[in-house]
Amino acid sequence: MSKINFLKPDKENLNTFLYLGSFLFVISVIDVFLNSFFSLNITGFLPSSLSFLIPIILGFVGLYFIRIEHSGYKFLDQVNKNINTNNFNAVLSLLIIFIIIKATPPILSWFVIDASFAGDSKDVCSGTGACWTYIKVWFRRFMYGMYPNAEQWRINLSFIALALLGSVGYFATEKFKKYLTLYYVVIYPFIAFLFIFFFISGGPVFFDFSYGIIAAVVSIIIGFFIPGKFKFYYFIFVPISLYIALKYFIFYEELIELGKLDGLNWVETGAWGGLSLTFIISFFCLIFCFPIGMAFALGRRSDFPLIRYISIGFIEFWRGVPLITVLFMSAVMFPMFLPEDFFIDKLVRAIIAISLFEAAYVAEVIRGGLQALPRGQYEAAKSLGMGYWKMHIFVILPQALKLVIPGIANTFLALVKDTPLIFVVGLLEIVGMLNLAKTNPEWLGFAMEGYVFAAIIFWIICYAMSKYSYNLEQKYKTER
Amino acid sequence: MDLKLQKIIPQLITVLVVVLVFGFFTYNAQINMENRGIDFGYGFLSQESSFDVQFSLIEYDGSHSYFRAYLVGLLNTILVSVIGIIFATILGVIVGVARLSPNYLINQFAAFYVEFFRNIPLLLQIFFWYFAALRALPLPQDADAMLGVFFLTIKGLYVPAFIWENLNVFLYSIIAAIIAIVVIRIHARKVQETQGKQLPVFWISVGLIFILPLLSFLIGGVSLSFEIPKLKQLATTSFIYEGGLSLPPELIALTLSLALYTATFIAECVRAGIQGVGKGQKEAAASIGLNPNQVLKLVVMPQALRIIIPPTTNQYLNLTKNSSLAAAIAYPDLVLVFAGTALMQTGKAIEIVSITMLTYLSLSISISILMNWYNKKIAIKEK
Repeated sequence: MSKINFLKPDKENLNTFLYLGSFLFVISVIDVFLNSFFSLNITGFLPSSLSFLIPIILGFVGLYFIRIEHSGYKFLDQVNKNINTNNFNAVLSLLIIFIIIKATPPILSWFVIDASFAGDSKDVCSGTGACWTYIKVWFRRFMYGMYPNAEQWRINLSFIALALLGSVGYFATEKFKKYLTLYYVVIYPFIAFLFIFFFISGGPVFFDFSYGIIAAVVSIIIGFFIPGKFKFYYFIFVPISLYIALKYFIFYEELIELGKLDGLNWVETGAWGGLSLTFIISFFCLIFCFPIGMAFALGRRSDFPLIRYISIGFIEFWRGVPLITVLFMSAVMFPMFLPEDFFIDKLVRAIIAISLFEAAYVAEVIRGGLQALPRGQYEAAKSLGMGYWKMHIFVILPQALKLVIPGIANTFLALVKDTPLIFVVGLLEIVGMLNLAKTNPEWLGFAMEGYVFAAIIFWIICYAMSKYSYNLEQKYKTER
Repeated sequence: MDLKLQKIIPQLITVLVVVLVFGFFTYNAQINMENRGIDFGYGFLSQESSFDVQFSLIEYDGSHSYFRAYLVGLLNTILVSVIGIIFATILGVIVGVARLSPNYLINQFAAFYVEFFRNIPLLLQIFFWYFAALRALPLPQDADAMLGVFFLTIKGLYVPAFIWENLNVFLYSIIAAIIAIVVIRIHARKVQETQGKQLPVFWISVGLIFILPLLSFLIGGVSLSFEIPKLKQLATTSFIYEGGLSLPPELIALTLSLALYTATFIAECVRAGIQGVGKGQKEAAASIGLNPNQVLKLVVMPQALRIIIPPTTNQYLNLTKNSSLAAAIAYPDLVLVFAGTALMQTGKAIEIVSITMLTYLSLSISISILMNWYNKKIAIKEK
């Protein structure tokens, strides 16, 4: 007969300690469980301080008893290895288990059990649980802002169409794969722009902006056929002169009429809002900040000192100031810098400001990728007789951009998370709409529900994006 | 000659474009300001501001100048950033280490925390804490005292204030303790290099930093008493606490959300840093007979810090810049006081926005210079 040694559980008296330990552990868990779910206190006969501590003491002793190395039971070994390696770990594990058990009932009851879903007025909300009726009633405002209810199908249709067009790359056959870059960099943004310009706005919103887009797209497409030697001069002069030509000589006022489709009402940008505005802003900022950032990344690594210093100045300036001051600048300072008759919509101003801001971060990310490429790549390209632009477009950038996909994704993630800041210029996306709804006298006191709702939406978007970028990173890692 | 020209022309053109754009802007600004009758200049800084700020570290009211208002905002920004950085660092290091814990529950808990808080926009978190969570706190008259002296109410946190006598003696004793510790460290290093003995520097340091200030209480005539906040009735339903220090709820919400948000990024930096130290390093250190503490202190940490510090500096910078979100919940920071209220009153958009941006720029640059210097100090010295 083996002597029971209470201080040193080991393999000799495995079963005794195993049963005793698991029994104590289970008791402690049951105690907490009953306490939190049914508010029963089975240790109520003890003094209150002891009754409070009893689960942790019992659990601790129980875990100590079952901490037997190489017991032969696979499950026990797993448990010991994962949550029960030493006393300190055992206490932490117990605390976490108890916190989870303790926290479950209140959270569950607030979210589901005591919450009210039905009805469409404040009266149905009992007070103890969440009032999801509030979200239900305000749902359209949170999604579309002040966009008229009857016109919201325009936003839905545009987003669905753009999502379908965006997924083209997924289904493209080998034959068309080589045109995908052109499609995504030039054609797709242009289509998206047309959708938002004609369809969601239906009016002269992007008036000045549209000349810029047309000028940029046309000059990029022609730019492919310009010999490398003149590309630099071409890209500095042609887009700007094209823009001026379009604005003052060719179309002049006619594009106002062009922006209107028959049967569609014009919806001002001030009425746009909610989650759809978040998407619109993120989309445009991504499109604009990428080429600008790439240009400044190349500029920062240029051989020409003046270009290099200008790029460094640009990047460091935007990286050094907070976005909120940039938006302040676009709201109060930027109109001062423009000719008096030159009106820019505030949404466009916000998009320009955010794009320039994020472009500086994108530039730093891309520069990281450029620096990570071995020197041999540059030298090999040069020795083949490639010029600066040919070398970058066909050899350097494809490799560098592949390297920095996770970084770009992180920047884009930051961009999406920064969009609520546009409240500074008076635009209300989902968080702004929440703050507006919160102050409505008929719906006072539901701030918590609104913020939880927005947090869930943002969390899903951002988490999905970060996981996707992680997958992309893994994919390209193996291909290299 | 041709090659030289090829190098010069693109640069000249770029500069020309930049100058043209800036010239265009300045020209327009001049015309616009003339039309609106605004004159450009920084003279308004010395004028009387005639607005009040709720919370300020230095004495301030409406009779002070705009420059004073600027200082109030700047100090409030620095206050939030420093508190936020301290808490974010502590929390970030704990969570980062916890993510590497062999305990499954602990590392999952830490991972959950990181994934949860960093995927929700900071502004939303600030709103949540300020408008939803802190509004659920009790009114001043209903608040229970925590530990008998702290009062957490809807109007803010009230803590006891320190009342010192002979504070300077106490400070001198702390300075003396620090000097003594530095001297002992240098001596200990010398002893180790010449004789190979290790002195218990850590315990000596801890002892010194406690004993010397304690002596100042006994001998130097220093005394410390607390002023505990007391409830005071203003009207039938309006109560406040008097005495002690009060931290406004804006400050609490802001530091809390900044710390919780930034800590997730710092945790990832810490995790990457510790993982970045090769396993062989630890094994090699153990095989030459260092004990686990020495392995951590002399081998792992110096190498991990080298990986941790550059990205962490970036996070500190981000936190400082993000503190400008204070304007959204009316915490009187630089953006709210200066770029908000002062701008509305004076209408000097260009001057005020440029000062604000320059201030943030210099704050960022000074933090990054400081951190670069530290980084250089601990970098591998290649020979």
